[in-house]
Amino acid sequence: MRLVSTYLIGLIFGIGIAVSGMANPAKVLNFFDVAGTWDPSLIFVMGGAVTVAFIGYRIVLRRPAPIIDAKFHLPDNPRIDARLLGGSALFGVGWGIAGFCPGGALPALGTGRIEVFAFVAALIVGIFSAKGVMALTHARAARLLRRET
Amino acid sequence: MPELTVIETLFTPWQSLAGGVLIGLASVLLMLTLGRVMGATGVLASVLTPSAHPDVCWRLALLAGMISGPLIVLAVTGQMPAVEVPASMPMLLAGGLLVGIGVTYGSGCTSGHGVCGMARLSRRSIAATATFMLTTGLTVFVIRHVLGA
Repeated sequence: MRLVSTYLIGLIFGIGIAVSGMANPAKVLNFFDVAGTWDPSLIFVMGGAVTVAFIGYRIVLRRPAPIIDAKFHLPDNPRIDARLLGGSALFGVGWGIAGFCPGGALPALGTGRIEVFAFVAALIVGIFSAKGVMALTHARAARLLRRET
Repeated sequence: MPELTVIETLFTPWQSLAGGVLIGLASVLLMLTLGRVMGATGVLASVLTPSAHPDVCWRLALLAGMISGPLIVLAVTGQMPAVEVPASMPMLLAGGLLVGIGVTYGSGCTSGHGVCGMARLSRRSIAATATFMLTTGLTVFVIRHVLGA
């Protein structure tokens, strides 16, 4: 039941991405190319998605809990730090180079195109490299802390 | 320096709006049923490290649904959604790597920060979205009008 409903939600997301043009790097890059072959379509994707989510969240979050889980799992870290901004800046550079973002590329895997698989493979390598470096720096910080105390 | 490829795309406001509405709807339904934000980055990262994430099953179902999206579009319209890739293979790989590192440090991408976080008016997500929209735009400008000129 839970898996079927979640599969259907993924399906709605995937159809939305495919219909909207977010799975098409040419369209995504043209949205950002205001000085060249500008295609403003993605304003409508973002506008539609954020408006529906804004209204829907307000209705849903009035409930004491979601339907299938015991509580809502909302990110509550309020900090705007160098890590958030630096990471986001780097994400933007990569998005501008490739034209795919993760939300666009994952549904695009369904088209079977080799370019999408290449991008997602590199994306996975990037995620794991960053996680590895994070784990190393965490471990070193913990060691230094232990030595001091 | 490889030849710069630019592919023109048509302005599709209604189609993009409809896709955006579906993306928003999927995000609201995931909050209603499982109480989770819809983030492609989080889904991919946790599916790849199942031991660290005990509830990997629903994320796999979500991912499977996402990937089926283009196939449903194909079944209904008789046409696979367009995936036109102006980026060369080295650019796809470099871009994917940067996106992977960026979203890991930035804790999210277009779906998590850009749709769900913005809809919750999270200051962190608004800062992240503004940052990556800016660097994506700058990157596209540099590639197309500085290096490619």
